[in-house]
Amino acid sequence: MSIFMLHLHAWIHALASSALGHALWMVVPVLVVFPALFAVTTLLERKGLGRIQNRYGPNRAGPWGLLQPMADAIKALTKEDVVPEAADRLVHFCAPVLMVLSAFLVYAVVPVSRTWVVAPLRAGVLFFFAAGSLMEIAVFMAGWSSRSQYSLLGAMRALAQMISYEIPLVLSAMVAVMAAGSLSMVEIVRRQAGYSGIWPHWFVLTPWGLAGFVLFLIAATAESNRSPFDLPEGESEIIAGYYIEYSGFKFALFFLAEYLGMFAISALGITLFLGGWSAPFAFLTWIPSWIWFFAKLLALIAGFIWIRGTLPRLRMDQLMRFAWEFLLPLTLCHLFVAGVWKFFPTGAARWLGCAGVLLAVYWLLGRRLEQSGGLARRTYHFAE
Amino acid sequence: MLGKGIVLGLAETARNFFGSFFYRARLTTVQFPEERLPQIEAARNFPFLVFDGADWQQGMRCVACQICEKECPPKCILIEKSKDKKPDATGKPQFYPAVFNIDVSVCMSCQICVEVCPFDAIKMDVDFELSTYDRFGGLLWDKQRLSKSNEHYHQIHPTEAAAVDAALAAEREKLAAKARAANAPPANAAPSTSAPATAEGQA
Repeated sequence: MSIFMLHLHAWIHALASSALGHALWMVVPVLVVFPALFAVTTLLERKGLGRIQNRYGPNRAGPWGLLQPMADAIKALTKEDVVPEAADRLVHFCAPVLMVLSAFLVYAVVPVSRTWVVAPLRAGVLFFFAAGSLMEIAVFMAGWSSRSQYSLLGAMRALAQMISYEIPLVLSAMVAVMAAGSLSMVEIVRRQAGYSGIWPHWFVLTPWGLAGFVLFLIAATAESNRSPFDLPEGESEIIAGYYIEYSGFKFALFFLAEYLGMFAISALGITLFLGGWSAPFAFLTWIPSWIWFFAKLLALIAGFIWIRGTLPRLRMDQLMRFAWEFLLPLTLCHLFVAGVWKFFPTGAARWLGCAGVLLAVYWLLGRRLEQSGGLARRTYHFAE
Repeated sequence: MLGKGIVLGLAETARNFFGSFFYRARLTTVQFPEERLPQIEAARNFPFLVFDGADWQQGMRCVACQICEKECPPKCILIEKSKDKKPDATGKPQFYPAVFNIDVSVCMSCQICVEVCPFDAIKMDVDFELSTYDRFGGLLWDKQRLSKSNEHYHQIHPTEAAAVDAALAAEREKLAAKARAANAPPANAAPSTSAPATAEGQA
Protein backbone atom coordinates (compact mmCIF):
# COMPACT_ATOMS: atom_id res chain seq x y z
CA MET A 1 0.00 0.00 0.00
CA SER A 2 2.69 2.43 1.01
CA ILE A 3 4.64 1.55 -2.10
CA PHE A 4 1.62 2.34 -4.13
CA MET A 5 1.28 5.70 -2.35
CA LEU A 6 4.91 6.45 -3.01
CA HIS A 7 4.46 5.68 -6.66
CA LEU A 8 1.40 7.89 -6.78
CA HIS A 9 3.29 10.66 -5.07
CA ALA A 10 6.14 10.44 -7.52
CA TRP A 11 3.74 10.27 -10.40
CA ILE A 12 1.94 13.44 -9.26
CA HIS A 13 5.29 15.21 -8.92
CA ALA A 14 6.34 14.16 -12.38
CA LEU A 15 3.00 15.20 -13.76
CA ALA A 16 3.08 18.62 -12.12
CA SER A 17 6.45 19.42 -13.63
CA SER A 18 5.62 18.06 -17.09
CA ALA A 19 3.94 19.91 -19.91
CA LEU A 20 0.77 17.88 -19.44
CA GLY A 21 0.74 18.77 -15.75
CA HIS A 22 1.14 22.41 -16.61
CA ALA A 23 -1.72 22.14 -19.03
CA LEU A 24 -3.95 20.45 -16.47
CA TRP A 25 -2.99 22.89 -13.73
CA MET A 26 -3.45 26.01 -15.85
CA VAL A 27 -5.89 25.19 -18.62
CA VAL A 28 -8.53 23.17 -16.80
CA PRO A 29 -9.35 25.96 -14.34
CA VAL A 30 -9.88 28.31 -17.28
CA LEU A 31 -12.19 25.79 -18.91
CA VAL A 32 -14.12 25.38 -15.66
CA VAL A 33 -14.14 28.80 -14.03
CA PHE A 34 -15.14 30.97 -16.97
CA PRO A 35 -18.05 28.80 -18.18
CA ALA A 36 -19.21 28.67 -14.55
CA LEU A 37 -18.99 32.43 -14.46
CA PHE A 38 -21.06 32.45 -17.65
CA ALA A 39 -23.79 30.45 -15.91
CA VAL A 40 -23.77 32.82 -12.94
CA THR A 41 -23.74 35.86 -15.19
CA THR A 42 -26.80 34.80 -17.18
CA LEU A 43 -28.72 34.61 -13.93
CA LEU A 44 -27.30 37.85 -12.53
CA GLU A 45 -27.99 39.62 -15.79
CA ARG A 46 -31.60 38.55 -15.90
CA LYS A 47 -32.05 39.41 -12.24
CA GLY A 48 -30.35 42.77 -12.65
CA LEU A 49 -32.28 43.69 -15.79
CA GLY A 50 -35.44 42.69 -13.95
CA ARG A 51 -34.67 44.99 -11.06
CA ILE A 52 -33.83 47.82 -13.45
CA GLN A 53 -37.29 47.35 -14.96
CA ASN A 54 -38.89 46.96 -11.51
CA ARG A 55 -39.45 43.23 -11.92
CA TYR A 56 -38.22 40.28 -9.86
CA GLY A 57 -36.44 38.44 -12.63
CA PRO A 58 -36.25 34.64 -12.64
CA ASN A 59 -37.24 33.34 -9.20
CA ARG A 60 -38.95 30.03 -9.86
CA ALA A 61 -36.20 27.43 -10.37
CA GLY A 62 -34.76 26.69 -6.95
CA PRO A 63 -34.45 29.20 -4.12
CA TRP A 64 -34.37 32.75 -5.52
CA GLY A 65 -34.11 31.25 -8.99
CA LEU A 66 -30.58 30.04 -8.34
CA LEU A 67 -31.10 26.90 -10.42
CA GLN A 68 -32.20 28.90 -13.47
CA PRO A 69 -28.88 28.40 -15.34
CA MET A 70 -29.28 24.65 -14.76
CA ALA A 71 -32.81 24.75 -16.16
CA ASP A 72 -31.60 26.78 -19.15
CA ALA A 73 -28.82 24.28 -19.79
CA ILE A 74 -31.18 21.31 -19.66
CA LYS A 75 -33.53 23.08 -21.99
CA ALA A 76 -30.77 23.92 -24.47
CA LEU A 77 -29.35 20.39 -24.40
CA THR A 78 -32.66 18.63 -24.88
CA LYS A 79 -33.86 20.81 -27.72
CA GLU A 80 -33.90 19.48 -31.24
CA ASP A 81 -30.90 20.51 -33.30
CA VAL A 82 -32.43 21.86 -36.50
CA VAL A 83 -30.23 22.51 -39.54
CA PRO A 84 -31.83 24.24 -42.52
CA GLU A 85 -32.09 22.06 -45.58
CA ALA A 86 -30.30 24.59 -47.77
CA ALA A 87 -27.55 25.20 -45.25
CA ASP A 88 -23.91 24.35 -45.80
CA ARG A 89 -23.87 21.66 -43.13
CA LEU A 90 -20.15 21.55 -42.49
CA VAL A 91 -19.70 25.29 -42.13
CA HIS A 92 -22.94 25.49 -40.20
CA PHE A 93 -21.49 23.01 -37.73
CA CYS A 94 -18.04 24.59 -37.59
CA ALA A 95 -19.19 28.12 -36.89
CA PRO A 96 -20.24 27.71 -33.23
CA VAL A 97 -17.24 25.48 -32.56
CA LEU A 98 -14.84 28.03 -33.98
CA MET A 99 -16.61 30.76 -32.07
CA VAL A 100 -16.16 28.99 -28.73
CA LEU A 101 -12.63 28.03 -29.67
CA SER A 102 -11.64 31.61 -30.36
CA ALA A 103 -13.37 32.74 -27.19
CA PHE A 104 -11.35 30.26 -25.14
CA LEU A 105 -8.09 30.87 -27.00
CA VAL A 106 -7.72 34.42 -25.81
CA TYR A 107 -7.74 33.34 -22.16
CA ALA A 108 -4.34 31.80 -22.78
CA VAL A 109 -2.60 35.13 -22.31
CA VAL A 110 -4.77 36.62 -19.54
CA PRO A 111 -2.91 36.85 -16.23
CA VAL A 112 -5.65 35.86 -13.78
CA SER A 113 -3.40 35.98 -10.75
CA ARG A 114 0.21 36.52 -9.78
CA THR A 115 1.06 33.00 -10.94
CA TRP A 116 -1.90 31.88 -13.05
CA VAL A 117 -1.37 32.62 -16.71
CA VAL A 118 -1.57 29.78 -19.21
CA ALA A 119 0.89 31.16 -21.75
CA PRO A 120 2.91 34.23 -20.71
CA LEU A 121 3.58 35.26 -24.32
CA ARG A 122 5.82 38.22 -24.98
CA ALA A 123 3.33 39.53 -27.53
CA GLY A 124 0.28 38.69 -25.44
CA VAL A 125 -1.80 41.71 -26.44
CA LEU A 126 -1.14 41.00 -30.10
CA PHE A 127 -2.14 37.37 -29.63
CA PHE A 128 -5.29 38.47 -27.85
CA PHE A 129 -6.45 40.62 -30.74
CA ALA A 130 -5.40 38.09 -33.36
CA ALA A 131 -7.19 35.18 -31.70
CA GLY A 132 -10.13 37.38 -30.86
CA SER A 133 -10.71 38.31 -34.50
CA LEU A 134 -11.28 34.64 -35.29
CA MET A 135 -14.67 35.35 -33.79
CA GLU A 136 -15.51 37.58 -36.73
CA ILE A 137 -14.83 34.74 -39.12
CA ALA A 138 -17.01 32.43 -37.05
CA VAL A 139 -19.81 34.98 -37.08
CA PHE A 140 -19.66 35.31 -40.82
CA MET A 141 -19.47 31.54 -41.25
CA ALA A 142 -22.65 31.23 -39.20
CA GLY A 143 -24.41 33.93 -41.17
CA TRP A 144 -23.31 32.66 -44.55
CA SER A 145 -23.82 28.93 -44.04
CA SER A 146 -27.37 29.26 -42.70
CA ARG A 147 -28.57 30.52 -46.08
CA SER A 148 -31.10 32.84 -44.54
CA GLN A 149 -31.48 36.53 -45.32
CA TYR A 150 -31.74 37.40 -41.68
CA SER A 151 -28.55 35.53 -40.79
CA LEU A 152 -26.67 37.09 -43.65
CA LEU A 153 -27.83 40.59 -42.75
CA GLY A 154 -26.89 39.93 -39.13
CA ALA A 155 -23.49 38.61 -40.11
CA MET A 156 -22.80 41.59 -42.38
CA ARG A 157 -23.81 43.97 -39.66
CA ALA A 158 -21.62 42.07 -37.21
CA LEU A 159 -18.64 42.16 -39.54
CA ALA A 160 -19.01 45.86 -40.31
CA GLN A 161 -19.36 46.62 -36.65
CA MET A 162 -16.57 44.41 -35.36
CA ILE A 163 -14.07 45.57 -37.94
CA SER A 164 -14.98 49.23 -37.41
CA TYR A 165 -14.69 49.02 -33.66
CA GLU A 166 -11.56 46.92 -33.67
CA ILE A 167 -9.60 50.03 -34.67
CA PRO A 168 -10.57 52.21 -31.68
CA LEU A 169 -10.28 49.12 -29.50
CA VAL A 170 -6.71 48.43 -30.51
CA LEU A 171 -5.74 52.12 -30.54
CA SER A 172 -7.10 52.67 -27.04
CA ALA A 173 -5.32 49.54 -25.86
CA MET A 174 -2.07 50.84 -27.37
CA VAL A 175 -1.66 53.55 -24.73
CA ALA A 176 -1.23 50.93 -22.03
CA VAL A 177 1.25 49.08 -24.21
CA MET A 178 3.14 52.36 -24.79
CA ALA A 179 3.20 53.18 -21.10
CA ALA A 180 4.34 49.71 -20.09
CA GLY A 181 6.76 49.44 -22.99
CA SER A 182 5.75 45.83 -23.54
CA LEU A 183 3.19 43.76 -25.38
CA SER A 184 3.29 41.12 -22.68
CA MET A 185 0.20 41.18 -20.53
CA VAL A 186 2.12 39.85 -17.53
CA GLU A 187 4.58 42.72 -17.87
CA ILE A 188 1.81 45.30 -18.26
CA VAL A 189 0.22 44.16 -15.01
CA ARG A 190 3.58 44.08 -13.23
CA ARG A 191 4.17 47.70 -14.23
CA GLN A 192 0.90 48.68 -12.54
CA ALA A 193 1.32 46.55 -9.44
CA GLY A 194 3.51 49.06 -7.56
CA TYR A 195 2.27 51.59 -5.03
CA SER A 196 2.97 55.25 -4.15
CA GLY A 197 1.95 55.43 -0.51
CA ILE A 198 -1.27 53.47 -0.52
CA TRP A 199 -2.21 54.38 -4.09
CA PRO A 200 -1.59 51.90 -6.90
CA HIS A 201 0.12 52.72 -10.20
CA TRP A 202 -2.90 51.74 -12.25
CA PHE A 203 -3.04 53.40 -15.64
CA VAL A 204 -6.69 54.27 -15.10
CA LEU A 205 -5.64 56.82 -12.48
CA THR A 206 -4.00 59.04 -15.10
CA PRO A 207 -6.05 61.25 -17.44
CA TRP A 208 -4.99 59.33 -20.57
CA GLY A 209 -5.55 56.05 -18.75
CA LEU A 210 -9.05 57.00 -17.67
CA ALA A 211 -9.92 58.23 -21.16
CA GLY A 212 -8.34 55.11 -22.64
CA PHE A 213 -10.33 52.92 -20.27
CA VAL A 214 -13.63 54.59 -21.21
CA LEU A 215 -12.84 54.43 -24.93
CA PHE A 216 -11.76 50.83 -24.54
CA LEU A 217 -14.99 49.95 -22.77
CA ILE A 218 -17.10 51.58 -25.49
CA ALA A 219 -15.23 49.75 -28.21
CA ALA A 220 -15.32 46.53 -26.16
CA THR A 221 -19.09 46.78 -25.82
CA ALA A 222 -19.37 47.04 -29.58
CA GLU A 223 -16.81 44.30 -30.09
CA SER A 224 -18.68 41.85 -27.90
CA ASN A 225 -21.99 42.72 -29.62
CA ARG A 226 -23.61 43.93 -26.45
CA SER A 227 -26.35 46.48 -26.06
CA PRO A 228 -26.48 49.29 -27.17
CA PHE A 229 -24.34 47.92 -30.01
CA ASP A 230 -26.26 44.66 -30.41
CA LEU A 231 -27.34 45.35 -33.99
CA PRO A 232 -26.08 42.01 -35.32
CA GLU A 233 -28.73 40.29 -33.24
CA GLY A 234 -31.31 43.06 -33.09
CA GLU A 235 -34.43 41.12 -32.16
CA SER A 236 -36.87 43.71 -33.43
CA GLU A 237 -35.25 44.02 -36.85
CA ILE A 238 -33.54 40.78 -37.83
CA ILE A 239 -34.83 38.50 -35.07
CA ALA A 240 -31.58 36.94 -33.89
CA GLY A 241 -29.08 37.92 -36.55
CA TYR A 242 -26.43 35.47 -37.55
CA TYR A 243 -27.50 32.67 -35.21
CA ILE A 244 -31.16 32.68 -36.14
CA GLU A 245 -30.86 29.23 -37.75
CA TYR A 246 -29.25 27.65 -34.72
CA SER A 247 -31.06 25.83 -31.99
CA GLY A 248 -30.33 23.65 -29.02
CA PHE A 249 -26.74 23.03 -28.13
CA LYS A 250 -25.25 25.03 -31.00
CA PHE A 251 -27.25 28.05 -29.95
CA ALA A 252 -26.01 27.53 -26.41
CA LEU A 253 -22.46 27.48 -27.77
CA PHE A 254 -23.01 30.86 -29.44
CA PHE A 255 -24.43 32.19 -26.23
CA LEU A 256 -21.48 30.83 -24.29
CA ALA A 257 -18.99 32.27 -26.77
CA GLU A 258 -20.62 35.66 -26.62
CA TYR A 259 -20.34 35.83 -22.86
CA LEU A 260 -16.84 34.37 -22.85
CA GLY A 261 -15.89 37.07 -25.34
CA MET A 262 -17.31 39.69 -23.03
CA PHE A 263 -15.38 38.29 -20.05
CA ALA A 264 -12.21 38.09 -22.10
CA ILE A 265 -12.41 41.65 -23.29
CA SER A 266 -13.23 42.77 -19.74
CA ALA A 267 -10.20 40.83 -18.57
CA LEU A 268 -8.11 42.64 -21.17
CA GLY A 269 -9.46 45.98 -19.96
CA ILE A 270 -8.64 45.03 -16.39
CA THR A 271 -5.15 43.98 -17.40
CA LEU A 272 -4.44 47.09 -19.42
CA PHE A 273 -5.96 49.79 -17.23
CA LEU A 274 -7.17 48.43 -13.88
CA GLY A 275 -3.95 46.81 -12.77
CA GLY A 276 -4.93 43.20 -13.49
CA TRP A 277 -4.68 41.12 -10.34
CA SER A 278 -3.14 43.88 -8.21
CA ALA A 279 -4.95 45.15 -5.11
CA PRO A 280 -6.44 48.66 -5.19
CA PHE A 281 -4.59 49.74 -2.05
CA ALA A 282 -1.18 48.84 -0.74
CA PHE A 283 -2.60 47.57 2.57
CA LEU A 284 -4.89 45.09 0.79
CA THR A 285 -2.16 43.10 -0.96
CA TRP A 286 -2.56 40.22 1.53
CA ILE A 287 -5.81 39.22 -0.20
CA PRO A 288 -5.08 36.61 -2.92
CA SER A 289 -4.50 38.23 -6.28
CA TRP A 290 -7.07 36.15 -8.17
CA ILE A 291 -9.80 37.48 -5.86
CA TRP A 292 -8.97 40.99 -7.01
CA PHE A 293 -9.05 39.92 -10.61
CA PHE A 294 -12.48 38.33 -10.32
CA ALA A 295 -13.81 41.20 -8.22
CA LYS A 296 -12.84 43.62 -10.97
CA LEU A 297 -14.26 41.28 -13.61
CA LEU A 298 -17.60 41.07 -11.81
CA ALA A 299 -17.67 44.84 -11.41
CA LEU A 300 -17.14 45.29 -15.15
CA ILE A 301 -19.82 42.70 -15.92
CA ALA A 302 -22.20 44.59 -13.64
CA GLY A 303 -21.35 47.71 -15.63
CA PHE A 304 -22.14 45.93 -18.89
CA ILE A 305 -25.47 44.77 -17.50
CA TRP A 306 -26.26 48.25 -16.25
CA ILE A 307 -25.57 49.71 -19.67
CA ARG A 308 -27.64 47.03 -21.33
CA GLY A 309 -30.54 47.87 -19.07
CA THR A 310 -30.26 51.57 -19.85
CA LEU A 311 -29.50 52.27 -23.48
CA PRO A 312 -31.62 51.48 -26.52
CA ARG A 313 -30.04 50.03 -29.63
CA LEU A 314 -28.29 52.30 -32.12
CA ARG A 315 -29.17 52.54 -35.76
CA MET A 316 -26.67 51.18 -38.27
CA ASP A 317 -25.67 54.56 -39.66
CA GLN A 318 -25.37 56.00 -36.15
CA LEU A 319 -23.16 53.10 -35.22
CA MET A 320 -20.81 53.61 -38.14
CA ARG A 321 -20.72 57.37 -37.77
CA PHE A 322 -19.96 57.00 -34.08
CA ALA A 323 -17.04 54.70 -34.82
CA TRP A 324 -15.44 56.61 -37.69
CA GLU A 325 -16.32 60.23 -36.95
CA PHE A 326 -16.07 60.21 -33.20
CA LEU A 327 -14.21 57.27 -31.68
CA LEU A 328 -11.42 57.08 -34.24
CA PRO A 329 -10.33 60.76 -34.09
CA LEU A 330 -10.70 60.72 -30.33
CA THR A 331 -8.53 57.64 -29.93
CA LEU A 332 -5.90 59.17 -32.23
CA CYS A 333 -5.79 62.37 -30.14
CA HIS A 334 -5.74 60.26 -27.05
CA LEU A 335 -2.82 58.26 -28.38
CA PHE A 336 -0.97 61.52 -29.01
CA VAL A 337 -1.71 62.83 -25.51
CA ALA A 338 -0.55 59.58 -23.95
CA GLY A 339 2.60 59.81 -26.07
CA VAL A 340 3.60 63.31 -25.01
CA TRP A 341 2.72 62.62 -21.36
CA LYS A 342 6.18 61.18 -20.78
CA PHE A 343 7.95 64.34 -21.93
CA PHE A 344 6.38 66.67 -19.37
CA PRO A 345 7.54 66.98 -15.77
CA THR A 346 5.48 65.17 -13.15
CA GLY A 347 2.92 67.34 -11.39
CA ALA A 348 -0.56 68.77 -11.32
CA ALA A 349 0.05 70.92 -14.41
CA ARG A 350 0.72 67.87 -16.58
CA TRP A 351 -2.33 66.13 -15.16
CA LEU A 352 -4.68 69.07 -15.70
CA GLY A 353 -3.19 69.90 -19.11
CA CYS A 354 -3.65 66.39 -20.41
CA ALA A 355 -7.17 66.09 -19.02
CA GLY A 356 -8.03 69.50 -20.47
CA VAL A 357 -6.83 68.60 -23.96
CA LEU A 358 -8.75 65.31 -23.92
CA LEU A 359 -11.92 66.98 -22.64
CA ALA A 360 -11.65 69.74 -25.25
CA VAL A 361 -11.28 67.21 -28.07
CA TYR A 362 -14.16 65.18 -26.65
CA TRP A 363 -16.35 68.27 -26.46
CA LEU A 364 -15.52 69.41 -29.99
CA LEU A 365 -16.02 65.99 -31.56
CA GLY A 366 -19.21 65.46 -29.60
CA ARG A 367 -20.58 68.80 -30.70
CA ARG A 368 -19.73 68.04 -34.28
CA LEU A 369 -21.40 64.64 -34.04
CA GLU A 370 -24.54 66.19 -32.61
CA GLN A 371 -24.65 69.07 -35.08
CA SER A 372 -23.85 67.06 -38.18
CA GLY A 373 -27.00 65.08 -37.57
CA GLY A 374 -25.13 61.88 -36.94
CA LEU A 375 -27.31 61.02 -33.98
CA ALA A 376 -30.40 62.86 -35.16
CA ARG A 377 -33.55 61.53 -36.76
CA ARG A 378 -32.90 60.25 -40.23
CA THR A 379 -35.00 61.46 -43.14
CA TYR A 380 -35.77 58.77 -45.65
CA HIS A 381 -36.16 60.01 -49.19
CA PHE A 382 -37.77 56.99 -50.72
CA ALA A 383 -39.21 54.94 -47.92
CA GLU A 384 -41.67 57.47 -46.53
CA MET B 1 -22.57 67.97 -24.26
CA LEU B 2 -22.47 64.51 -25.76
CA GLY B 3 -23.14 61.83 -23.16
CA LYS B 4 -25.32 63.86 -20.82
CA GLY B 5 -28.37 61.82 -21.74
CA ILE B 6 -26.47 58.59 -21.17
CA VAL B 7 -25.45 59.67 -17.67
CA LEU B 8 -29.01 60.72 -16.84
CA GLY B 9 -30.32 57.40 -18.15
CA LEU B 10 -27.78 55.45 -16.11
CA ALA B 11 -28.85 57.38 -13.01
CA GLU B 12 -32.47 56.57 -13.70
CA THR B 13 -31.88 52.83 -14.11
CA ALA B 14 -29.70 52.80 -10.99
CA ARG B 15 -32.54 54.44 -9.09
CA ASN B 16 -34.89 51.75 -10.38
CA PHE B 17 -32.46 49.00 -9.48
CA PHE B 18 -31.83 50.06 -5.89
CA GLY B 19 -35.35 51.37 -5.38
CA SER B 20 -36.81 47.96 -6.18
CA PHE B 21 -35.01 46.55 -3.13
CA PHE B 22 -36.31 49.21 -0.75
CA TYR B 23 -39.76 50.21 -1.95
CA ARG B 24 -42.28 47.41 -2.27
CA ALA B 25 -44.56 49.68 -4.26
CA ARG B 26 -42.09 49.64 -7.16
CA LEU B 27 -42.47 45.91 -7.71
CA THR B 28 -45.95 45.63 -9.09
CA THR B 29 -45.57 42.00 -10.15
CA VAL B 30 -48.19 39.66 -8.68
CA GLN B 31 -46.45 36.33 -8.00
CA PHE B 32 -49.21 34.39 -9.68
CA PRO B 33 -49.72 30.90 -8.33
CA GLU B 34 -49.18 32.10 -4.75
CA GLU B 35 -50.70 35.55 -5.08
CA ARG B 36 -53.86 36.28 -7.03
CA LEU B 37 -55.69 39.43 -7.89
CA PRO B 38 -59.42 39.37 -7.11
CA GLN B 39 -61.41 38.13 -10.09
CA ILE B 40 -63.17 40.81 -12.12
CA GLU B 41 -66.92 40.21 -12.17
CA ALA B 42 -67.18 40.42 -15.93
CA ALA B 43 -64.46 37.80 -16.43
CA ARG B 44 -65.38 34.79 -18.53
CA ASN B 45 -63.56 31.79 -19.85
CA PHE B 46 -65.52 28.62 -20.41
CA PRO B 47 -69.28 27.86 -20.33
CA PHE B 48 -71.05 25.74 -17.74
CA LEU B 49 -74.60 24.38 -17.45
CA VAL B 50 -76.69 25.90 -14.68
CA PHE B 51 -78.90 23.70 -12.52
CA ASP B 52 -81.38 24.74 -9.86
CA GLY B 53 -81.77 22.95 -6.56
CA ALA B 54 -79.50 20.25 -5.20
CA ASP B 55 -79.57 17.53 -7.88
CA TRP B 56 -77.75 18.42 -11.08
CA GLN B 57 -79.68 15.96 -13.22
CA GLN B 58 -83.07 16.94 -11.92
CA GLY B 59 -82.46 20.68 -11.81
CA MET B 60 -80.73 21.10 -15.13
CA ARG B 61 -82.23 24.04 -17.00
CA CYS B 62 -81.11 22.81 -20.40
CA VAL B 63 -83.91 21.37 -22.52
CA ALA B 64 -81.66 20.21 -25.37
CA CYS B 65 -83.04 22.72 -27.87
CA GLN B 66 -79.61 22.62 -29.58
CA ILE B 67 -79.56 26.31 -30.48
CA CYS B 68 -76.15 26.76 -28.88
CA GLU B 69 -74.85 23.74 -30.75
CA LYS B 70 -75.92 25.31 -34.03
CA GLU B 71 -74.66 28.78 -33.17
CA CYS B 72 -71.28 27.77 -31.77
CA PRO B 73 -68.71 29.20 -34.25
CA PRO B 74 -65.95 26.61 -33.69
CA LYS B 75 -68.52 23.80 -33.27
CA CYS B 76 -67.24 22.62 -29.94
CA ILE B 77 -70.64 21.66 -28.50
CA LEU B 78 -72.20 18.25 -29.03
CA ILE B 79 -75.79 17.65 -27.87
CA GLU B 80 -77.95 14.55 -28.15
CA LYS B 81 -81.58 15.11 -27.32
CA SER B 82 -83.30 12.65 -25.01
CA LYS B 83 -86.18 10.47 -26.23
CA ASP B 84 -88.23 10.86 -23.08
CA LYS B 85 -89.24 13.89 -21.04
CA LYS B 86 -88.33 14.60 -17.47
CA PRO B 87 -89.77 17.16 -15.09
CA ASP B 88 -87.44 20.13 -14.85
CA ALA B 89 -86.82 22.36 -11.85
CA THR B 90 -90.28 23.89 -12.10
CA GLY B 91 -91.91 20.49 -12.42
CA LYS B 92 -92.77 20.88 -16.07
CA PRO B 93 -91.97 17.86 -18.29
CA GLN B 94 -89.15 18.72 -20.69
CA PHE B 95 -86.63 17.10 -22.97
CA TYR B 96 -83.16 16.99 -21.54
CA PRO B 97 -79.72 16.48 -23.08
CA ALA B 98 -78.81 12.81 -23.09
CA VAL B 99 -75.31 13.90 -24.10
CA PHE B 100 -73.87 17.39 -23.70
CA ASN B 101 -70.16 17.67 -24.43
CA ILE B 102 -67.96 20.73 -24.87
CA ASP B 103 -64.38 20.46 -26.08
CA VAL B 104 -62.19 22.78 -23.98
CA SER B 105 -59.44 22.80 -26.58
CA VAL B 106 -61.82 24.05 -29.29
CA CYS B 107 -63.92 26.54 -27.32
CA MET B 108 -62.89 30.12 -28.00
CA SER B 109 -64.75 31.71 -25.06
CA CYS B 110 -66.93 33.85 -27.33
CA GLN B 111 -70.04 33.55 -25.13
CA ILE B 112 -72.37 33.21 -28.14
CA CYS B 113 -73.92 30.05 -26.63
CA VAL B 114 -74.83 32.14 -23.58
CA GLU B 115 -76.31 34.92 -25.69
CA VAL B 116 -78.56 32.61 -27.71
CA CYS B 117 -79.80 30.36 -24.91
CA PRO B 118 -83.52 31.08 -24.35
CA PHE B 119 -83.58 29.13 -21.08
CA ASP B 120 -80.64 30.79 -19.26
CA ALA B 121 -79.24 27.30 -19.02
CA ILE B 122 -75.65 27.96 -20.12
CA LYS B 123 -73.44 30.65 -18.60
CA MET B 124 -69.76 31.56 -18.61
CA ASP B 125 -67.50 30.36 -15.81
CA VAL B 126 -64.41 32.24 -14.63
CA ASP B 127 -62.17 29.24 -13.99
CA PHE B 128 -59.25 29.43 -16.40
CA GLU B 129 -56.88 26.75 -15.07
CA LEU B 130 -58.18 23.95 -17.26
CA SER B 131 -54.87 22.41 -18.28
CA THR B 132 -54.60 18.67 -18.03
CA TYR B 133 -52.16 15.89 -18.78
CA ASP B 134 -54.84 13.91 -20.63
CA ARG B 135 -55.36 15.85 -23.82
CA PHE B 136 -58.26 13.72 -25.07
CA GLY B 137 -60.51 12.76 -22.17
CA GLY B 138 -59.33 15.57 -19.94
CA LEU B 139 -60.29 18.26 -22.41
CA LEU B 140 -63.69 16.88 -23.42
CA TRP B 141 -66.12 17.86 -20.69
CA ASP B 142 -69.36 15.89 -20.37
CA LYS B 143 -72.61 17.24 -18.94
CA GLN B 144 -71.83 16.16 -15.40
CA ARG B 145 -68.57 18.03 -15.40
CA LEU B 146 -70.21 21.02 -17.07
CA SER B 147 -73.03 21.23 -14.52
CA LYS B 148 -72.65 23.85 -11.84
CA SER B 149 -75.26 25.07 -9.39
CA ASN B 150 -77.08 28.36 -9.55
CA GLU B 151 -75.37 29.22 -6.25
CA HIS B 152 -72.03 28.95 -8.03
CA TYR B 153 -73.37 31.30 -10.69
CA HIS B 154 -74.37 33.77 -7.98
CA GLN B 155 -70.92 33.51 -6.51
CA ILE B 156 -69.00 34.31 -9.69
CA HIS B 157 -71.36 36.79 -11.38
CA PRO B 158 -73.61 38.17 -8.58
CA THR B 159 -75.19 41.07 -10.52
CA GLU B 160 -75.85 39.07 -13.66
CA ALA B 161 -77.19 36.07 -11.74
CA ALA B 162 -79.58 38.25 -9.74
CA ALA B 163 -80.93 39.76 -12.97
CA VAL B 164 -81.38 36.32 -14.50
CA ASP B 165 -83.15 35.04 -11.39
CA ALA B 166 -85.46 38.06 -11.40
CA ALA B 167 -86.30 37.58 -15.08
CA LEU B 168 -86.97 33.86 -14.57
CA ALA B 169 -89.15 34.58 -11.55
CA ALA B 170 -91.10 37.19 -13.52
CA GLU B 171 -91.63 34.71 -16.33
CA ARG B 172 -92.80 32.00 -13.94
CA GLU B 173 -95.15 34.50 -12.32
CA LYS B 174 -96.53 35.40 -15.72
CA LEU B 175 -97.09 31.75 -16.60
CA ALA B 176 -98.72 31.14 -13.25
CA ALA B 177 -101.01 34.14 -13.76
CA LYS B 178 -101.97 32.85 -17.21
CA ALA B 179 -102.66 29.44 -15.77
CA ARG B 180 -104.78 30.98 -13.03
CA ALA B 181 -106.72 32.97 -15.63
CA ALA B 182 -107.30 29.88 -17.74
CA ASN B 183 -108.46 27.87 -14.76
CA ALA B 184 -110.73 30.63 -13.48
CA PRO B 185 -114.57 29.98 -13.70
CA PRO B 186 -116.25 31.54 -16.78
CA ALA B 187 -118.74 33.42 -14.51
CA ASN B 188 -116.10 36.09 -13.85
CA ALA B 189 -116.02 37.08 -17.53
CA ALA B 190 -115.51 40.79 -17.00
CA PRO B 191 -112.35 40.57 -14.84
CA SER B 192 -110.91 37.78 -17.01
CA THR B 193 -110.99 39.98 -20.13
CA SER B 194 -109.21 42.76 -18.33
CA ALA B 195 -106.60 40.41 -16.84
CA PRO B 196 -104.77 39.59 -20.11
CA ALA B 197 -104.80 43.29 -20.99
CA THR B 198 -102.99 44.20 -17.79
CA ALA B 199 -100.61 41.31 -18.23
CA GLU B 200 -99.81 42.53 -21.74
CA GLY B 201 -99.43 46.03 -20.44
CA GLN B 202 -96.92 44.80 -17.88
CA ALA B 203 -95.01 42.83 -20.43
